[in-house]
Amino acid sequence: MNAAKQTHKHERYKGEYPIVVEGLTNRFGPITVHENLDLKVRRGEILGVVGGSGSGKSVLMRSIIGLQTPNEGDVRVFDKSIIQADPDEEIGVRDRWGVLFQGGALFSTLTVGENVEVPLKQFYPDIHDTLRKEIARYKVLLSGLPEEAVRKYPSELSGGMKKRAGLARALALDPELLFLDEPTAGLDPIGAAAFDRLTRELKETLGLTVFLITHDLDTLHEICDRVAVIADRKIIAVDTVPNLMELDHPWIQEYFNGPRGRAALTAQALDELRQHMELPVAAHAVKALDKPPAGKDKA
Amino acid sequence: MTGLAQYELQEGDGGSVLKLTGPYLVSTIGPIDQDLRVIEGDIVSVDISGVSEIDTVGAWLAREVASRLGAEVSGAGDRAQRLLGALEDIEAEDELSAPRLPVWSRVPEALGEKVFQLRTGTYGVLSFLGALLIAAWSLIRNPRRFRMVALVRQAELVGVSALPIIGLMSFLIGIVIAQQGAVQLAQFGAETLTINLVGRITLRELGVLMTAIMVAGRSGSAFAAQLGTMKLTEEVDAMRTIGIAPMEALVIPRIMAAVLMMPLLGFYASCMAIIGGAVIGDLILGIPFWTFLSRIQEVVPTYDLWVGLIKAPVFGLIIGLAGCYHGLQVRGNSEEVGIRTTMSVVSAIFAVIVLDAFFAVFFTELGWG
Repeated sequence: MNAAKQTHKHERYKGEYPIVVEGLTNRFGPITVHENLDLKVRRGEILGVVGGSGSGKSVLMRSIIGLQTPNEGDVRVFDKSIIQADPDEEIGVRDRWGVLFQGGALFSTLTVGENVEVPLKQFYPDIHDTLRKEIARYKVLLSGLPEEAVRKYPSELSGGMKKRAGLARALALDPELLFLDEPTAGLDPIGAAAFDRLTRELKETLGLTVFLITHDLDTLHEICDRVAVIADRKIIAVDTVPNLMELDHPWIQEYFNGPRGRAALTAQALDELRQHMELPVAAHAVKALDKPPAGKDKA
Repeated sequence: MTGLAQYELQEGDGGSVLKLTGPYLVSTIGPIDQDLRVIEGDIVSVDISGVSEIDTVGAWLAREVASRLGAEVSGAGDRAQRLLGALEDIEAEDELSAPRLPVWSRVPEALGEKVFQLRTGTYGVLSFLGALLIAAWSLIRNPRRFRMVALVRQAELVGVSALPIIGLMSFLIGIVIAQQGAVQLAQFGAETLTINLVGRITLRELGVLMTAIMVAGRSGSAFAAQLGTMKLTEEVDAMRTIGIAPMEALVIPRIMAAVLMMPLLGFYASCMAIIGGAVIGDLILGIPFWTFLSRIQEVVPTYDLWVGLIKAPVFGLIIGLAGCYHGLQVRGNSEEVGIRTTMSVVSAIFAVIVLDAFFAVFFTELGWG
């Protein structure tokens, strides 16, 4: 083996918290978006981040991935501080995370396959062309896109396909950390459910830690291990959905126990009941929930 | 550092085993990939039990090597098993670029496309001009729909904010003409004719022509880039659905601003050039500054001014048309905005220069020589 050919390589992160945010404060002019915000993301979990529009979810993500320099506080990813590093400086974390931006942010002059190639070319120029192209291609297929999408330009794809293509690019380097910014926004319910399943599957197969910003209550119920709630410029709670619903905070109550929150919860309960349909009690309950007695649901 | 990806061929009964050891990751696989792909021999299994770490890339390579040799992947741990499972149904292929025809049919096709573009391009510009006239006519009948604020804003961008750069450019051109002209005319002892030279050439030709080139570069390109971006972000479509005609709201104010500002800028440019010439006359030829200016009045016929002022709005129309037309032609991606912006500037400057030649012949025939 030729030692000169060797590239830098990191061991997979073995610590408990791949993302640690401490005392984060972000101000834009007179507006304070975050004040003394703390957050720890556990290795191997899907952490959902929720909050009202304008509560600074995306700003939090941009702070973690180093696109937004906070006014105060520290952000450590894989125990390396992001804050002190220049956005374009190599500190050995950028090849270990993948980011899916809200609109996909695909390079419009490259095909989907070529988009996935970009990070591979950037970080591992010693990978041979053939292998790199094979990798790019199977990443696109892993993300649930059809064969022919590999050679298409982003402008030829639908919104849902663009998100999957963006996900393929985020997965290009087999990252340990995945950032998803509202992955199911703008997708139809079937597409959104499929994307949720895909996220869960990929997380399990590839052993990912996922930081997921969402407004989608179904996503929260279905795939998130824990949910962090941003309100009043802080993370006010991080817990599982059932535990959060117990909390006595007006925003959380409004969010999870509002009409949409309850609908998502009912849907999930129905799903679970259907899995036990052979039990007579469950079958009865499902029937009752599917076809409520007339007049009872108009309230 | 946890070492390198390595391999070893172990002879055994009934066939040999390819044993992979070390980390098989996207970051370590580069140096070894090509070697593994050319291994030949009677290999029955690819043993990955000695692999310390693996990701999808490692799993992919192990599977590819195994399937090429007709061997099995063995010794996979939990994680490797999951990764292999995820990749199971995916075939190896390495084509990522958009489909392309072979070169012998691509070149004629490109040529044919260019020929057709010539036709569709001409047709497109003419129908755009037609649509513009229709929109202008409906604005004349409903003058209340006219967007004064947009026009004033565009006039400011095209005209007022161009004053410094056009002034400086024309001043320098005046200096160059006067200085170079004086050197040549001195050979006939006719240095005083420098005044005629500067006055006539700037008012008739250069003032307007240079201004047109500058406006095409500054404002024509801005029109194309702006409208092109609006097209990409579906702003133009949004306007249509609200019932605002893009022709009225976007195109007419821009083209009108170009048509109205061009004569003013052209005249201003000529004045600055004459002042530049006068400065040189004062410094080099010994013609006092004010004498130079008053001589201009005597030696430059009034129709020279008219020639310049008649051409200017036509050039403005061409620049505005080219910018808006190409801007609204943008489709698909951000690269197209760049292409269309370049096209708008190139075609506008080209058309301006060709038309200028026609004007020169035309006005001479009229007796305004």
